Amino acid sequence: MSIDILMPALSPTMEEGTLAKWHVKPGDTVKAGDVIAEIETDKATMEVEAVDEGEIEAVLVPEGTEGVKVNAVIAKLKGEGDGAAPPPVKADAPKAEAAPAPKAEAAPAPKAEAAPAPAPAPAPQPAQTTAAPKTDGDRVFASPLARRLAQQAGLDLGGVTGSGPHGRIIKADIEAARGKAPAIAQPAGAAAAAGPRQVQSLEQQGIPAGSYDLIPLDGMRKTVARRMTDSFRDVPHFPLTIDIEIDGLLAARAKINALLEKDGVKVSVNDMVIKACAVALKRVPEANASYTPEGIAMHHHADIAMAVALDHGLITPIIRAAETKGLAQIAVETKDLAARARDKKLKPEEFQGGTFSVSNLGMFGIKSFASIINEPQGAILSVGVGEKRPVVKNGELAIATVMTVTLTCDHRVVDGSVGAKFLSALKPLLEEPLTMIV
Amino acid sequence: MDFDVIVIGAGPGGYVTAIRASQLGLKTAIIERENLGGVCLNWGCIPTKALLKSGELYEQLDHLSDYGLAITGRSYDFTKVIERSRGVAKQLSSGVAFLMKKHKIEVIEGSAKLEKAAPAPKVVVALKAGGSRTLTAKHVILATGARARTIPAVGLVPDGERIWTYREAMVPKTAPKSMIVIGSGAIGIEFASFYRALGAEVTVIEALDRILPVEDEEVSKAAQKAFEKRGLKFRVAAKVSKLSKSKTGVSVALEAKGKAETLEAEVAIVAVGIDGNVEDMGLEALGLKIDRGHVVIDRHGVTNVPGLYAIGDVAGPPWLAHKASHEGVHCIEHIAGLKDSGLTAPIPGCTYANPQVASVGLTEAAAKAAGIEVKAGRFPFRVNGKAIAAGETEGFVKTVFDAKTGALIGAHMIGAEVTEMIQGFAIAMTLEATEEDLFETVFAHPTLSEAMHEASLDAYGRVLHI
Ligand SMILES: Cc1cc2nc3c(=O)[nH]c(=O)nc-3n(C[C@H](O)[C@H](O)[C@H](O)COP(=O)(O)OP(=O)(O)OC[C@H]3O[C@@H](n4cnc5c(N)ncnc54)[C@H](O)[C@@H]3O)c2cc1C
Repeated sequence: MSIDILMPALSPTMEEGTLAKWHVKPGDTVKAGDVIAEIETDKATMEVEAVDEGEIEAVLVPEGTEGVKVNAVIAKLKGEGDGAAPPPVKADAPKAEAAPAPKAEAAPAPKAEAAPAPAPAPAPQPAQTTAAPKTDGDRVFASPLARRLAQQAGLDLGGVTGSGPHGRIIKADIEAARGKAPAIAQPAGAAAAAGPRQVQSLEQQGIPAGSYDLIPLDGMRKTVARRMTDSFRDVPHFPLTIDIEIDGLLAARAKINALLEKDGVKVSVNDMVIKACAVALKRVPEANASYTPEGIAMHHHADIAMAVALDHGLITPIIRAAETKGLAQIAVETKDLAARARDKKLKPEEFQGGTFSVSNLGMFGIKSFASIINEPQGAILSVGVGEKRPVVKNGELAIATVMTVTLTCDHRVVDGSVGAKFLSALKPLLEEPLTMIV
Repeated sequence: MDFDVIVIGAGPGGYVTAIRASQLGLKTAIIERENLGGVCLNWGCIPTKALLKSGELYEQLDHLSDYGLAITGRSYDFTKVIERSRGVAKQLSSGVAFLMKKHKIEVIEGSAKLEKAAPAPKVVVALKAGGSRTLTAKHVILATGARARTIPAVGLVPDGERIWTYREAMVPKTAPKSMIVIGSGAIGIEFASFYRALGAEVTVIEALDRILPVEDEEVSKAAQKAFEKRGLKFRVAAKVSKLSKSKTGVSVALEAKGKAETLEAEVAIVAVGIDGNVEDMGLEALGLKIDRGHVVIDRHGVTNVPGLYAIGDVAGPPWLAHKASHEGVHCIEHIAGLKDSGLTAPIPGCTYANPQVASVGLTEAAAKAAGIEVKAGRFPFRVNGKAIAAGETEGFVKTVFDAKTGALIGAHMIGAEVTEMIQGFAIAMTLEATEEDLFETVFAHPTLSEAMHEASLDAYGRVLHI
């Protein structure tokens, strides 16, 4: 018997991925734990390990194939005592019993004398034709229009029950699903009301073909595009900006790093911002919240996502329960997460979720900016460069190191006053880092 | 209980329903008072197409020189034209008899009446052969069809001699030299086209402001032009105030655009619509709900009388054979307990005149009236390679898309062979195609159908060959 090797789900929500690379070829012998392939999702690259041992009999999905559905058979392993076995019967998920309605012998015009060979009498079939499951192995069957309507409505076809022939999803199903969809990804049905975005080709917009190179959209780019577009369009967002003097913070950081040097740990300004945000979120819990149609989710922990720029995109690994962690631990974690993010080696649970984000462009000299909310989080903090600026102290001009931070708030959860409260909690924490530990 | 299902009427609605019933394992009988195949096979769709073919060929003889061919003289034998048409009808009717036998459906020849009973009305048949038979079944399906509407108040009643309905028009002894057709729907236009092809002077009177009023306005306009080119005459927005017989023929008094006028001709054809066959069957006594001559049904063909269903022409428009058949299949599958969505697919409609007209889905005007933002495309056969090669450059294809979703919601065509082409759009619409799917579909070259592709592209400003 040969064994099917299936496309693994790298996360609970993963539906498909790209088969980035094969590490084996037919004829290779593998044992459990050997890396056989690399799978790329929109967020990360993961290695697939062999679970059984045996000889790779066939590689069914070529390298570079995009959109391979979870649980699709990607390769076959020759089981033990399996000679040059005949192609085994696929032990697939039960296929939709296509419930073949006996075909009408649409013969309106047979000549009376020349009767056609009698067709086999179709089996009577008085039983209920249940709508067969719409997935045949790995494909979701949906009409072109249903696909487009689902896309326009931000609906996942996987969650729609098809009522067409063989369980195919048709327009009516999307309309039904839209009628009752909780539409988390679709607050207030804004997109539905807005209608499709008519995208013109570059040529139509006066940029001739040949005057540019086209880089195909990879999974990450598509995800960034989709999530940011959805968020910017659907989340009512507003920015709040405040200046923070960080001379005290820089001094404290120098001290801390001197202490930690023997452990090879170095705390960055960003680590301190993360810690301060976590503490501020505990003090102003209304800012650590997510809007859902069912209600406002008040998060128990401050899971701080930090934006990490990659060569072609970005990812937001998460420091879980940052309020419970010391600066040294945060520093170690951020360093490790950032490094693995750049290698695309993060596990899905390391970048999915998060209750608040921090994005820092200070290293590029950016003074201030307002990030787009990372749904379903209620707010994101954009951190600018710390630079020496003239400030007025006690009626006199002085010089201080000042850092401008901007909080982008989801107004559905974080009202202006809540955002302001958060920033006023954050400011002293960063200006007097000692207060973080009180 | 004698049967699971009794179907009354063996037209394309009834006999197809019976076949499907038998396929589903139901014990089935069908009752027919006249001919198997109903109006469609005996007096409608099929024999008219036979006549129209004769007319079309005859007309083409006039244009042989366009193709570098020559004949001297042309003539026809009207009796043989009619005979051929009857032969075709007969062949198909006996085909239905064969199908009934093959599917073990009991055919009962006679006229049916219904009587109150449970779980379904009792069926009493006055047998053709004499005597009567009372039958019981779990389900009774009315598929009794329809007949030409008459309007006695203004004389629109057949007299069997000079005032015809489609039935008389199908089998006259001689070809009339002049005729007036009242009504410019598919039936009126087809007869007008046929008799004009054989040389008759034909005037068509239409009450609405354009001919083929169910079609897209652009098609109506193009059709009138094309028919006028062939010598047909029209009076639109015209009200017939009196149709009467004269010594030599008929005279029609009408009022068009405020002007009174009287037209004379040898014969008149009354083609002003259809009335359902709902009389003399005891339907009133059952309390069956009937609205303006048609049985009221839900989407599965269920009536308000337990155990009684109705499908096809008797159950309302569109009065088309394929609608009757599909409705019947849905009804019987519902009865058999299969999941039935009712007939939701778009129903194409065709007029087999010269040139042909075919359409499916919404007209541009209807779509707009429904509040749909529309993208419409057009492509004329005049620039289609196959059409030019065949010398059939009349007409065009028009597409109507929902601008929001890209769904194809209507298609309208006039020209040669368009009644064969329309299925392409019907399939696309049934499968819920969007503009992209039509762009992607590869149409063989050279074909008239390429105009369908171009008309789709045109709706999005991407037409290639204009
Ligand atoms: C001239 C003409 C041309 C047409 N051309 C086309 C065309 O090209 N394409 C198209 O789709 N449609 C066409 N039609 C319409 C088409 O013929 C009808 O839509 C179709 O026949 C309807 O089918 P049906 O089964 O509902 O009824 P019918 O075909 O009318 O069949 C009903 C049957 O029931 C029988 N019956 C009625 N009452 C009783 C009773 N009490 N007991 C027993 N039997 C009874 C009748 O005798 C009849 O045979 C045309 C119609 C006409 C008149």
